[in-house]
Amino acid sequence: MTETATAVSGHDAPVARRAQARRAPGRPERPAGRSDAWRKRLEIALFITPALVLIALFIAWPVFYAVRFSVYKWKGFGPLADFVGLDNYRLVLQDPDFLHAVGHNFTIVAGSIIVQLPLGLGIALLLNRKMWGQGILRTIIFVPYVLAEVVAGVVWYQLLQPQYGMVDAILGKVGLTPPEQGWLGTPEYALWTVLAVLTWKYLGLAVILFLAGLQSVPEELYESAQLDGASWWQVQRKITIPLLGPTIRTWCFLSMIGSLQLFDMVWILTGGGPAGATTTMATYLINQGTKSHNYGIAGAASVILFVIAFVMAILYQIFILRRDTQDESRKARKKVKA
Amino acid sequence: MARKTRGAAALAALCAGVLLTTAACGGSDSSNDGGSSGGKTTVTWWHNSNETDKVTGGGKAYYEQVAADYEKAHPDVDIKISAMAHEDMLTKLDAAMQSGDMPDIYMERGGGELVSHVEAGITKDISDDAADVISNLGASVAGWQVDGKTYGLPFSMGVVGFWYNKDLFAQAGITAAPTTLDEWLTDVDKLKAADIVPVSVGVKDKWPAGHWWYYTVLRSCSQDTLQSAVKSLDFSDPCFVKGGEVLKQIVDAKPFNQGFLSTPGQTGTNGASSLLATGKAAMELAGHWEPGVMAGLVKDGTGLSGDKLGWFPFPAVDGGAGDPGAQLGGGDAWAVSKDAPEAAVDFVKYLLSDEVQTGFAAKNMGLPTNPAAGSAVKDPAMAQLLQVRDSAPFIQLYFDTAFGTNVGNAMNDAIVNLFAGQATPQQVVDATQKAADQE
Repeated sequence: MTETATAVSGHDAPVARRAQARRAPGRPERPAGRSDAWRKRLEIALFITPALVLIALFIAWPVFYAVRFSVYKWKGFGPLADFVGLDNYRLVLQDPDFLHAVGHNFTIVAGSIIVQLPLGLGIALLLNRKMWGQGILRTIIFVPYVLAEVVAGVVWYQLLQPQYGMVDAILGKVGLTPPEQGWLGTPEYALWTVLAVLTWKYLGLAVILFLAGLQSVPEELYESAQLDGASWWQVQRKITIPLLGPTIRTWCFLSMIGSLQLFDMVWILTGGGPAGATTTMATYLINQGTKSHNYGIAGAASVILFVIAFVMAILYQIFILRRDTQDESRKARKKVKA
Repeated sequence: MARKTRGAAALAALCAGVLLTTAACGGSDSSNDGGSSGGKTTVTWWHNSNETDKVTGGGKAYYEQVAADYEKAHPDVDIKISAMAHEDMLTKLDAAMQSGDMPDIYMERGGGELVSHVEAGITKDISDDAADVISNLGASVAGWQVDGKTYGLPFSMGVVGFWYNKDLFAQAGITAAPTTLDEWLTDVDKLKAADIVPVSVGVKDKWPAGHWWYYTVLRSCSQDTLQSAVKSLDFSDPCFVKGGEVLKQIVDAKPFNQGFLSTPGQTGTNGASSLLATGKAAMELAGHWEPGVMAGLVKDGTGLSGDKLGWFPFPAVDGGAGDPGAQLGGGDAWAVSKDAPEAAVDFVKYLLSDEVQTGFAAKNMGLPTNPAAGSAVKDPAMAQLLQVRDSAPFIQLYFDTAFGTNVGNAMNDAIVNLFAGQATPQQVVDATQKAADQE
């Protein structure tokens, strides 16, 4: 800290002096370019070094280690001696538990988007109209997203308790019979229950993003549409939603990556159970690593999780997000024509 | 105290504080391994008796006193204690083993875990240094011996059995604790008829479900079969499947609390231990740690304890090859890490002395292994448990500990599937064998 501070003040002074020097008449221009570039480099190095060190220590080094562990059979202590090559990857990819976990992840990816997109869009459109209590409604929708995932998980875990939980109590009062093992304890319902809680938790993000996107739709378009006698529904369908496209696509991307890495909520609600009905890739690798002490297998699973997320991100960039840049160039062309 | 008690007893709020303290401790003591400061030998000691009690001071204060007494008698030794919650201790031990920066004295649970620690050269062979204590402890030490050498001195050993609510049993018209599985199943029906939840079990945490399978297998397999399976990790004997079938019979009788698949074992207001403690379930299969866990979960003096709390061993199963007197159990032992100073071994021997073990028993910190301390166990249910332990022809170490973490974890996962009706007894054995074959 102190080093940085002195460097900054020590740097300011010569700049000021040089500026004066330049203004002074009759003096030849000094070739300041080279020393300037050198200073700039030093400055950059100084400012990004702490961040780089942190990234190296807490991201690059662990990633390197995970990859290293993944080619060894290692119980978590003693020397890394038992080199097994790609055997751990074979074991993971042949493990039905892992394949189920991948299936659950993709169910969550698809489920989140299918449920949250129309719901979020609808709520955003409603909240975008001028009405009483708008601010409060927006806050209520957004609060779950602000809540820590673990806190939300514990709250829902309590609500969903069989026999004593609020959800079952309400269902019982209206004459419905909740499942005997509870919503989180019945293998057939557990994943859908988790998905419902995730929807509650992350709907706020979609709504806020869509609301922000709506603000950028130019008012004139609505006015001209009104002049042309378009109905509210037509306005939404032909103007608002298409112009919201880039926002929706970005949100889908965030949702997808979040769903692939899903861990906290599942760990709190079910721990991956019952009978492995809600495992995700992340809970699988934790279970293999810290629970079973199969650090090699956990390493291989984490590398596979990374590859899956990376490939999906790249594909999404290529096939979907690219349209946004194309859209812009098309728009630019249109403007030129007009 | 017990292998699975600490994480439960500590409430979430407490945990945060404990984490802070232990993190602070970890920073300062790890650099002192086997070192000496100011002419004194420093011995670092990690334990999980971090409970404090207003009246007796609890285990934490007792161990501080024990260390102070030892330091007084040995002025050249400085004992540095880190008392932490059980789960925190396990996490820190994992990290310590990875980095090789071990405490001098730590807890070993025996079985497959100990074997791999010995193979990795983490644990010190104390066969000769502690020969006198080993002979005094007798058969209990067997669980901490590898190839005839002793690597740990057990200070507490218990067996798993049924803790039950005497009032609820009386309400259902049950006059005597069941001794056979058929009687037990009849009692379950009686409890159900009286509108009482017969049994609570925390399947979410997996190992509480595991204990059921371990016991039904223990009743179905002979001692020889089990002891050779621990060594060979060969589960082809049909008695393993037979044990699973007995468990399936129990699960099919639906004795468990509603939503048992998502019920945690020892945490939360609706965990299996809480249900027993608050009279919402009549019994639970658990180890000697259960009274302590229950006391930690409810307000002082309101939980099930004392005269109202009873204990009986797992009932006999007709037609099984196992000895009906055989018990499932386990314990905690003090082990010394490889590079620890000699004083560490001497201090561990002191921890197993008549004097320290008697105080340990009197404070209800566990079930002492030193025969001289047995009479100090005052609680009637505990005393009964101790008697069953000492008269058992054979005590099988918890399978998950005995087979090592990898096999144990895979086995527990499969047992949970059986509880959920998603796996057959054969599939439990297959999953266990598959994990064992990867070893």
